[in-house]
Amino acid sequence: MRSAVAKWKQAFRFKKKSKLNRMDGFQKILTVLLILMAAFMLLPIVYIFNHALKPYHELFIYPPNIFVREPSFSNFVELFLVATSSTVPVTRYLFNSIVISGLSVVSVVIVSALCAYPISKHRFPGHQAVFAMILLTLMFAPEAVQIPRYLVVSSLGIMNTYLGHILPIIAMPVGVFLMKQFMDQVPNELLEAARIDGASEFTTFLRIAMPICMPAVATVAILTFQSSWSNVETSTLFMQDDEMKNFPFFLTTLTNNLANNVARQGAAAAAAMVMFLPNLIIFLAFQSKVIATMAHSGIK
Amino acid sequence: MLSNRAQVAASTPVKAPVSTRFKRLLKEIWSYRLSYLFIMPFMLCFIAFILIPVVAAVVLSFTYFNAIQAPTFIGWKNFQYLISQDLLFLKYALPNTFKFAVIVGPGGYIASFILAWLICQLPAKSRKWIALAMYTPSLTAGIAMSIVWLPLLSGDRIGYLNSFLLELGILDEPKLWVTDKAYLMNSMMVVTLWSSMGVGFLAMLAGILNVNPELYEAGRIDGMSSRLQEIWYITIPSMKPQMLFGAVMAIVSTFKAGAIGVELSGQNPTPQYAGHLIINHIDDYGFIRFEMGYAACVSVFLLIIMYLSNKLSWGLFGTKEDE
Repeated sequence: MRSAVAKWKQAFRFKKKSKLNRMDGFQKILTVLLILMAAFMLLPIVYIFNHALKPYHELFIYPPNIFVREPSFSNFVELFLVATSSTVPVTRYLFNSIVISGLSVVSVVIVSALCAYPISKHRFPGHQAVFAMILLTLMFAPEAVQIPRYLVVSSLGIMNTYLGHILPIIAMPVGVFLMKQFMDQVPNELLEAARIDGASEFTTFLRIAMPICMPAVATVAILTFQSSWSNVETSTLFMQDDEMKNFPFFLTTLTNNLANNVARQGAAAAAAMVMFLPNLIIFLAFQSKVIATMAHSGIK
Repeated sequence: MLSNRAQVAASTPVKAPVSTRFKRLLKEIWSYRLSYLFIMPFMLCFIAFILIPVVAAVVLSFTYFNAIQAPTFIGWKNFQYLISQDLLFLKYALPNTFKFAVIVGPGGYIASFILAWLICQLPAKSRKWIALAMYTPSLTAGIAMSIVWLPLLSGDRIGYLNSFLLELGILDEPKLWVTDKAYLMNSMMVVTLWSSMGVGFLAMLAGILNVNPELYEAGRIDGMSSRLQEIWYITIPSMKPQMLFGAVMAIVSTFKAGAIGVELSGQNPTPQYAGHLIINHIDDYGFIRFEMGYAACVSVFLLIIMYLSNKLSWGLFGTKEDE
């Protein structure tokens, strides 16, 4: 019995090996080329990691080095020290960013799932019109109408509140679109069965439709996080109180005139890493779900 | 509540007086009240932050509005000024946007399709990691991106690109990659292209991976000889919807990339308007000169351009009725 298992294992291993061997010349050249390309794409990222860890005397040596020789956390210390001495401590900006991104992710997921469910599963009058409108706005950038948006926010009276950060992000048509496309895969029979068993419409949505749509939920959550974590627009336009601005905005104040000026470069690099790392970690954690969702992203 | 839906649908007669038809519609809407409740939170935000702003932009574009006095209606004057007298717009913003959009939009789109296709030719194991490496740059979008690139493109010899090229002997003296008007545009395009493998790229990747492999076999039996033929006759037609999604995403991200020039050069407006795009023009008039009416007119113009380019991609990749 044991030998049979070993044999089977060996057969499996052999098969795997032969598959690798079957890689033809084209694939080999391609692999090398793409790895080079990937290295090029990753170069600035590698660089920012090293830059953030460089002590001050290493930042401005000539010729410049990509890799750090004596890694230190002095830049991070500087980032937090410099900023605490100013009127608003950097931790406040960071706190704002975390609160805003967290609340945005949760509310966008809930709101767009709630919206996608009836569009996909109920034939209510006007569902096609609603979807057509979402499709239409998918192809436009809210940046184009900043000024009326500013007027809306100011007349709603949500300037200088967290709502002013979060509400504009909720209006994210991509979220509803991806959610709806994925929801189309949920078989109607399943929902019908739940209804016959006496589940209310809300329970059906929560207990049947949502668990199937978890990949879409993960994707929408990631996209929302990315856009709100790096969002400067709401801080510059809708927030006058420095205490209500977020971390990326603080970053822009650090980088003003960075092109001609090297002061604070270390702190800026450290801050850029703080901006980038959460994005990367969250994406790495959910990337397979993103690919699964994207398979249904087509516009027909 | 949902059970009477079928009755209502079945009992809709072919012809009925308008008033009864209207009543039926109201009744049907009432029977679906829960559906409307579901979509309400999104629709409220959607109306407040997308629909009203767009409508308001259109209305404001016909007015003179300085954000203090009430807007006054001036008809087509803003548009006339825009297309005949606004030299900054005609000389810089429009040609710059055109150049930027043509290279970054279709260029980035084609590049991400080719990359996605090449990645799909790899064995499944290495595929994932290389795709991830390509996607990573788009994670830095926004302000972090300029911090990543600035020291690389920095104007003195400490800048990595300068020091590298000086060492190779290609350059004699450091170039001002982000502050010289001759190079700013190119730097902007390189940086934007670098970060353009975003959501659209992932969608195309998933689309290519999902093409039915039997189609390729059938193609081979029918005498297809090259991979190019396969791409043209099998891959692209079977992933049209994803191609369209990718195109829409590419158009949106291209036209909204305006801050990049300001971030890279550290000056607003960019040096001698070398990186002045339509989005910057809107900012300039809206938040610096406070000519809101005129700024709204420019944004309506931008919306129209975006709509037309989307129509074009719709024509290329949209699914026809008979397919």
